[in-house]
Amino acid sequence: MSSQLEDVPTEVAVVDTVHSAEPPDEPTSPKSGGLPPGLRLVKSHAGLFVTPAIIIFGSLALYLYVQGADKIFQDERSLNWDANLRPQLEQHLSITFWATLFTIIVAVPLGVFLTRPKYRRVGSPILAVATSGQAIPAFGLLVLAFAWLDRGPWTTIWALALFTLLPVLRNTMVGLEQVDQNVIEAGRGMGLTKRQALRQIELPLAIPVILAGVRTALVITVGMAALAFLIGGGGLGATISAGLKLSRDLVLITGAVMTALVALSVDWIAALIEKTLRPKGL
Amino acid sequence: MSVTDNSSYSPQATAAFNDDVAAPMIQLQGVGKVYPGSDIPAVADLDLSIPEGEILVLVGPSGCGKSTTLRLINRMIEPTSGRIIFNGEDVTTVNADQLRRQIGYVIQQIGLFPHQTIAQNISTVPKLLGWDKAKTAARVDELLEITGLDPNQYRDRYPKELSGGQAQRVGVARALGGDPDVLLMDEPFGAIDPITRDRLQNEFLRLQGELKKTIVFVTHDIDEAIKMGDRIAILGEQSVIRQFDTPERILAYPVDDFVSDFIGSGSTLKGLNFERVHDLKLSDDWPVVNVDTDRGDVQRLYDASPEKWMLVLDREQRPIRWVNDRHLADMTTPLAEAGAKVTALVDPNATLHDALEEMLLSNAGQAVVVDGKGRCLGILDIERLAEVLKRLRSQARKHYEDLAVHEAQLNAANGPDGSGESNS
Repeated sequence: MSSQLEDVPTEVAVVDTVHSAEPPDEPTSPKSGGLPPGLRLVKSHAGLFVTPAIIIFGSLALYLYVQGADKIFQDERSLNWDANLRPQLEQHLSITFWATLFTIIVAVPLGVFLTRPKYRRVGSPILAVATSGQAIPAFGLLVLAFAWLDRGPWTTIWALALFTLLPVLRNTMVGLEQVDQNVIEAGRGMGLTKRQALRQIELPLAIPVILAGVRTALVITVGMAALAFLIGGGGLGATISAGLKLSRDLVLITGAVMTALVALSVDWIAALIEKTLRPKGL
Repeated sequence: MSVTDNSSYSPQATAAFNDDVAAPMIQLQGVGKVYPGSDIPAVADLDLSIPEGEILVLVGPSGCGKSTTLRLINRMIEPTSGRIIFNGEDVTTVNADQLRRQIGYVIQQIGLFPHQTIAQNISTVPKLLGWDKAKTAARVDELLEITGLDPNQYRDRYPKELSGGQAQRVGVARALGGDPDVLLMDEPFGAIDPITRDRLQNEFLRLQGELKKTIVFVTHDIDEAIKMGDRIAILGEQSVIRQFDTPERILAYPVDDFVSDFIGSGSTLKGLNFERVHDLKLSDDWPVVNVDTDRGDVQRLYDASPEKWMLVLDREQRPIRWVNDRHLADMTTPLAEAGAKVTALVDPNATLHDALEEMLLSNAGQAVVVDGKGRCLGILDIERLAEVLKRLRSQARKHYEDLAVHEAQLNAANGPDGSGESNS
């Protein structure tokens, strides 16, 4: 559990490096210019294969550990797959999915809008406000959302979508702004309309950076969804909490390890998507 | 002000006066650009006619607005005043995107789309124009072919796999994609190493010889301007045209200090590049004898000539030796071996610049003009070159004097406005 909480600031820091540096590569395929191309390929593929191996191995180990452990009545109830763990897992994933989807739906068009020459001037103040908003702790935001809205998963989804808006918005803006102006100039000079230039040149070239932001948002969301149970949102956090309250290590470990495995899986899928959508030739 | 002094050399007047100027493909009429928040126009009231099928080079010091001027033509920068006439049609307010699809555009940074293959890059405009797949693919291959890239090898590559020179070839191919009549080129070879640049320039000139596009070419390099331009417009501050003419005439007769400073030293030598040996009358002062001529006749011929050297030809009329009085006095050596070997041989098609180089290298100080079979056609000496330069200069000066007279007549006929056009 605590490892999940610590993940959050680390990920935010990653986003910051993204802005100052050149277009980021996914961590699984480090750019490390020193490496010969062949070795880089091996490394990036290795990254994509290592994660699922860890996930499979972890799931198997957890399964065997739970099967082999002595269980009391409360353990049996907390660890019941159909009645407890599966619904929690589904809630956890759906919170992550919807929060990220709303973030993308709002942040990407907003980022596009704020980088258009006409509105560029309002872009930086909005980004500044959004950045300072990021200082609000996720937990505080959840509680605030709870105070405003109601209990339940949708409150969590709105709160998390709001919280992860920033990395996606920032990466969208930075991704679009780092596109070589000469490429756009050449395209416009050949008669591409503004819209065509955006769709055919700017967005494809910004995609790697935008996706890096989305992936960051996903990882933040999947971690913070573990707190959703606090305001009645469900998720695997409930099992972790039960383990703590009952002082049952078995339940606590199951909840924590499952949360970690979900986070790893989501990140891996995001990495795959990033790899597929990244335009060739870059 | 010097600007008004130069108004007599305005392109309209030149175009009207010169019969050899083709009909204008593009005309800028009183075009100006004032950026918001600035009092000083970037381009002030520019009149420019761009003749069809020619390369017009806009050249000037950094910051003179030559790139801005180029970008006004395809309205990448919208003019704040004046009119742009394209192919007889006023395009100042038509849809700029539609207009640009008919005008090729090449920039120094090339700006290939890194996420698209070479073929996709080149088919950008054909796609915009709605060509079908087969026609587009054929066009891509054709363009790769004419720009010197093997279609099979390069079609499916990505821009990052190309060298700078190859990338600019693709840049030119892409600009020609929709077969535009007009090509705008903004320092296209500026970022390429000198050797590759020279090759690309030559290839581009060869290509232009076949395609006969109307090209506006921007550079800050006067040598490139002289090499590439059928006509050169030398621009000063705010894109004011200081001189608009053929490279030959600009080199022979820079109209003011600005132009001559810009052309720099050595303009006379550069001018020699435009004259060819076969265009001038060769010197007949030099004594020439055949190798079999009787030595007594040789001596008489030599004594009759004011020159100090005599050219000896072999039986096929090919020049073999230069001899002087010392060599002639030595009766023991046959003429075929006396004196110095003839080294400076030039072809009638050689430029005077090349001929001058040969002359400077030869020990006699003159070059022998020979035909394809090596037979002597005549002798070229420094005096001839000096005469040519003098003639070029006086012709150019006369051209500008006639132009001034013509302009004065025009003014008298049309009133003080001169061109008779006003910016409505």
